[in-house]
Amino acid sequence: MKEDKILLAHGSGGRLSHELLEKFFLSFFKNPILEPLDDGAKIPDIAGGLAFSTDSYVVNPIFFPGGDIGKLAVFGTVNDLSMMGAIPSFLSLALIIEEGFPLEYLKKIIFSIKEASEEAKVKIATGDTKVVEHGGADGIFITTSGIGLIRPGVDLSGSNAKPGDKIIINGFIGDHEIAVLSEREGFKFQELIKSDCAPLNNLVDKILQKCPNIHCMRDPTRGGLATTLNEIANKSDVGIIIEEEKIPIRESVKGICELLGLDPLYLANEGKLIAFCPPEEAENVLKIMREDPLGKESTIIGTVIEENKKRVILKTLIGGSRILDMLTGMQFPRIC
Amino acid sequence: MKFIEEFCDKKIAEKLIDEISKISIPQIKIMEVCGTHTVSVFRYGIRNLLPEHIKLISGPGCPVCVTPNTDIDFAIALSRQKDVILATFGDMMKVPGSTSSLQKEKAEGKDVRIIYSPLEAINIAKANPKKRVIFFAIGFETTSPTIASTIIRAKEDGIENLFFINSQKRIPPAICALIQSKDIMINGFLLPGHVSTIIGSDPYQFISNEFLLPAVITGFEPLDVLQGIWMLIKMIREERPAIEIQYKRAVRKEGNPLAIKKIKEVFKEDDSTWRGLGLIPDSGYCFREEYKRFDARNIDIEVEPSKENPQCVCGKVLKGIITPLECTLFRKACHPENPIGPCMVSIEGACHTYFKYY
Repeated sequence: MKEDKILLAHGSGGRLSHELLEKFFLSFFKNPILEPLDDGAKIPDIAGGLAFSTDSYVVNPIFFPGGDIGKLAVFGTVNDLSMMGAIPSFLSLALIIEEGFPLEYLKKIIFSIKEASEEAKVKIATGDTKVVEHGGADGIFITTSGIGLIRPGVDLSGSNAKPGDKIIINGFIGDHEIAVLSEREGFKFQELIKSDCAPLNNLVDKILQKCPNIHCMRDPTRGGLATTLNEIANKSDVGIIIEEEKIPIRESVKGICELLGLDPLYLANEGKLIAFCPPEEAENVLKIMREDPLGKESTIIGTVIEENKKRVILKTLIGGSRILDMLTGMQFPRIC
Repeated sequence: MKFIEEFCDKKIAEKLIDEISKISIPQIKIMEVCGTHTVSVFRYGIRNLLPEHIKLISGPGCPVCVTPNTDIDFAIALSRQKDVILATFGDMMKVPGSTSSLQKEKAEGKDVRIIYSPLEAINIAKANPKKRVIFFAIGFETTSPTIASTIIRAKEDGIENLFFINSQKRIPPAICALIQSKDIMINGFLLPGHVSTIIGSDPYQFISNEFLLPAVITGFEPLDVLQGIWMLIKMIREERPAIEIQYKRAVRKEGNPLAIKKIKEVFKEDDSTWRGLGLIPDSGYCFREEYKRFDARNIDIEVEPSKENPQCVCGKVLKGIITPLECTLFRKACHPENPIGPCMVSIEGACHTYFKYY
């Protein structure tokens, strides 16, 4: 391919489209489900309950410390499936690319998708590429959908949290949003904060093997930990008490939040999960989680209670308490 | 020292609350002038740790909230001009003017940009030499040195397409106006730490000298606030009006002379209109002669007649006469997604803070 930029013709379905498909997609995503290149993928012999999820990625900038839009697009959907108790297996990959987008970037992103899908052990089963005229999109937008088989006997849902449940998080919050924000706004901080963008299916696997009767799991992405906790309190019709001092937040992220007037509890994460775990199993689950590279800083941050239904109460660092509400408005746009 | 965790120590907090509770005083009202204090008080649950006879009242210390509608309408009118880039701090985007907001204008296609430092406006002006770049300069004394430095730099660099809507405010005259208005009886003030880092403690002397009230310049971490309250209550108990500094790690009596010099180089004190408080003598700045060409108010345009929602009581909230909970619009018609008054927009506005934490 001599061109170094995406042309409208790359999305025309003609020769350039095919060239793009051959050289970029097929060479990276070789697998028997994708290779027939029919109008859709045939998924052979699946038995059991399926989880099905979709998400679009519009992050700006597309490359940021710790990740890029490609990685995010794979891990985001993998994580959503994992939170359903499913084993992610196949993804669809749809790209909307702006005319003039550098091919070199596209290659980088596709390579990153390849690496991410290998890491998360999912196959790209089907895909699509559209090119829109200059100004019709901002660089590149990606949509992935995914399916995964739900583990037998596992029933995870936002409405399953029960009084007494311990709430466990697998590590530091806020890294992703701060990483994207610093890259976008050109903030130079002493310490480079990297996005926590990571596939959670391995960790989930270990947790559910140890404790298949976990009640609920969620990845606190947009809206952050505070918003996710509120969603669960609402859906499960329970109260939640969180201890502020237990929430793992990096010193540097705290400092940046102070500086910019942000609340880390509302910052987006891309490699975090919270698990609602029956109290008698909590310590065992915590131990398993801490042994995983993505769970080293796992901590119990709170408890589900009968009272204060649909509310999240935060015990503050100095011993006060207050209501922890959902995110209102938005902190920042296009963080994922 | 990391300057955050050390100031959240639970044991010291308990001790301070204990000490505060031991001081025997009748029902008193303390005003935390600054919005950052209000946030801290709510965020750490300080209110429900204090004994009931100590009432904290939120004051007018949020620059977004006190910017009058006329200034917002003027900025909106400017943003509608051809070849204009309007640069502003993020919070101003959502503040409703009489009929529009900068956010709405941006959605309509006007070139409105959020910047974090006024100095970025210089880069925008340099990159767009054929356009007029207008910076909506709001802020208290904390922000003024940076705005002044930007203007000095623009003059040095010979930039001719950069202008400033000067809507800056000075805190001490507003406190004076609050005390004089007698709308509310205040027994003492927690004074803003950041503003005082610039101006020092001298400009507040009138509070104790003329009005015989005590005040403490206070930092923003929970222990700062608790210690500030403790110091203030002791002074109230001892009937000893004075201006004390709790936030000693940042504030000196004389302030920051270099920053003050920058402000004085570009601006002179001038009367200014505050939302809710009206025209307050010497509570703002105007350009000195040699910098007048940067004044966006020289641009002659028609601005819509200013009007405010008659039900919005942000003015009374800013004076501490009522709390947001007493406003009929609060949480109903007025919430952060659809703010009717500015106090619901700014993250340091009293209404926004009550909405989020109460």
